[in-house]
Amino acid sequence: MKKKVGCLLSVLMLVLMLSVPAQAAVEVRDNGYDWERFKGQDITLNVYNWGLYISDGSDGGMDINKEFEELTGIKVNYTTYDTNESMYAKIKSGGAEYDVIVPSDYMIGKMASEGLLAKLNFDNIPNMDLIGDQYKSRDYDPNNEYCVPYTWGVVGLIYNTTMVEGEIDSWDALWDEAYAGNVLMFNNSRDAFAIAAKRIGLSMNPTTVEEIEQMAEELKTQKSVVQAYVMDEIFDKMEGGEAAIAPYYAGDAIIMMEENPDLAFAIPKEGTNYFVDAMCIPATSTNKEAAEMYINFLCETEVALANCEYIGYSTPQVEAEQLLPDELKNSPIMYPSDEVLANTETFNVLPDDLSAAMDAAWSEVKSFDEAGNSWLIPVVLVVAVILVVVVVWRKSVKKKRNDY
Amino acid sequence: MRRMGLLAKVYMVLIFSFMYVPIAVMAVFSFNESKSRSNFTGFTLSWYRNLFRNDMILSALGLSLVIALVASIIATVLGTMASIGIHSMRRGARNVIMNISYMPVINPEIITGVSMMLLFVVVKNWMGGKIFGTPTLLIAHITFCVPYVIFNVSPKLRQMDVRMWEAALDLGCTPVQAFFKVVLPEIMPAVLSSFLICLTYSIDDFIISYFTSGTLQTLPIAIYSMTRKKVSPEINALSTIMFVVILSIILLVNANDTRKQKKLASRD
Repeated sequence: MKKKVGCLLSVLMLVLMLSVPAQAAVEVRDNGYDWERFKGQDITLNVYNWGLYISDGSDGGMDINKEFEELTGIKVNYTTYDTNESMYAKIKSGGAEYDVIVPSDYMIGKMASEGLLAKLNFDNIPNMDLIGDQYKSRDYDPNNEYCVPYTWGVVGLIYNTTMVEGEIDSWDALWDEAYAGNVLMFNNSRDAFAIAAKRIGLSMNPTTVEEIEQMAEELKTQKSVVQAYVMDEIFDKMEGGEAAIAPYYAGDAIIMMEENPDLAFAIPKEGTNYFVDAMCIPATSTNKEAAEMYINFLCETEVALANCEYIGYSTPQVEAEQLLPDELKNSPIMYPSDEVLANTETFNVLPDDLSAAMDAAWSEVKSFDEAGNSWLIPVVLVVAVILVVVVVWRKSVKKKRNDY
Repeated sequence: MRRMGLLAKVYMVLIFSFMYVPIAVMAVFSFNESKSRSNFTGFTLSWYRNLFRNDMILSALGLSLVIALVASIIATVLGTMASIGIHSMRRGARNVIMNISYMPVINPEIITGVSMMLLFVVVKNWMGGKIFGTPTLLIAHITFCVPYVIFNVSPKLRQMDVRMWEAALDLGCTPVQAFFKVVLPEIMPAVLSSFLICLTYSIDDFIISYFTSGTLQTLPIAIYSMTRKKVSPEINALSTIMFVVILSIILLVNANDTRKQKKLASRD
């Protein structure tokens, strides 16, 4: 028996070992940057990024972390997260010490104001000059101190042309009774409230609780046409033709349109959300200079290009953008015109009271119309109390009977 | 045995398909050419090839397996010792200890996870240095596994006739010998099954690992973080392989058992 299991395990190990990638080394910019100054010092960088957010050598692309390890001799411990909030929770609690993280715009502002980020030394990141100026010094980092943009994009509407009449150019489509049961919606409060805000002409960064309530009302009226609140299931539902319209990120829309040619993408005229994910170094990092080297490496043209092709989001690195295939470079989805971009907004940090109000309003929206939630907890409590009483009573009866 | 009625058959098929159809769908789509989870566009093995080249997934799997193995071995030993200690306590003390060990099982995982993380942060600030990583992950997994071992082994100990142990001592065993020769063989099935339970709980665990893993990541964490983009079919491939490996181990063990039983039967 033992032998058989051992056999199975060794076969598995053999298969694991047979994974031999063969690739040419990456060409880096020739500007006298000393990539090898940490060689032989046995440094490990802890990198924390979004899931599936770096070219890892599948599909014949570049394995960026491996290339970096070979070039610099620094080891990369690469791990991933699913939302800004879960990343924030981990850094804030002190439960982990990372060297490079990739938060989105509003989270950068929040973390910087709480002192969780280190100021970057741009002498170690000369490739910052390859990042387009329009992506620098935005509201969340006005003095350009904390972050180096990694990817960016806009939120728009992806829709199935066989299920929708004519072209769509407005968020109103997500409220349209004609598509009842065929509308998908973001299952995340910030993105969902932003759409509601744009529809009624408000800013997606509310300044009062009343504004949040107005948006929540809007989302409640939408609920009757919504098929489901989803995130990544949008891919399958849209590709499989199970829904007509959904809001999502532009880069992912391109991937869906490749799978299903019936799909089209529109950036609504009311304006939309413009997001940037940027690389930062937490204040607790003990390998700051090596982390800056990693950030510099990700801004290398060839690396940024490989990343852009793998992730599918727009790149802020200007040389990499120029090297993209024409249909991507000139795509109004990936690189919208300046007029479209002028009508966009980035998320800002919400003050604590407003973000609490938004969380509360969101759970109210989600539970709205699903009758029974308000009395659920009292009923459960009453049932529990009755159960306890019955059990105690039965025991005492038994005991009395046994005493006779 | 009575033959099953139609209704019973239908019911059984329903229950089994409820359990196995999702796994079958997952396995089928691990061979799908495109990334889609709804349209089957063609047969390919490339997800399996990619999987064995994906360092991130493989190292996460490796970590999960190592942690699960080490944690369940330690938890099984600790739990078995604990149940023997609890077994020989006075009744009142035993009830109190048993109820206390129930707590972590009833507690929502998130509370266990967060409180362990806070504890580790306190220890880290107090002692300095880097403790987050394998040590914290291991401690957390052992902690939530031990109660399951206690609840599995204790009933078996209660079933055991205490006179067997006394007889062994009378016949000249030292207490240690008596334990290994008499008590342990008697409770071995329970010890083994609790080891397996620990193994599965530890591989499955997401929430507690999330808070205590520091800069490491186990397989469930790696999979969960893919949900913003789209869970890659490589995960289907990996899950299919894990399912097949576990299924074949179970089948082998069962086949072995039946053979042993037949041998016993033929000897009688």
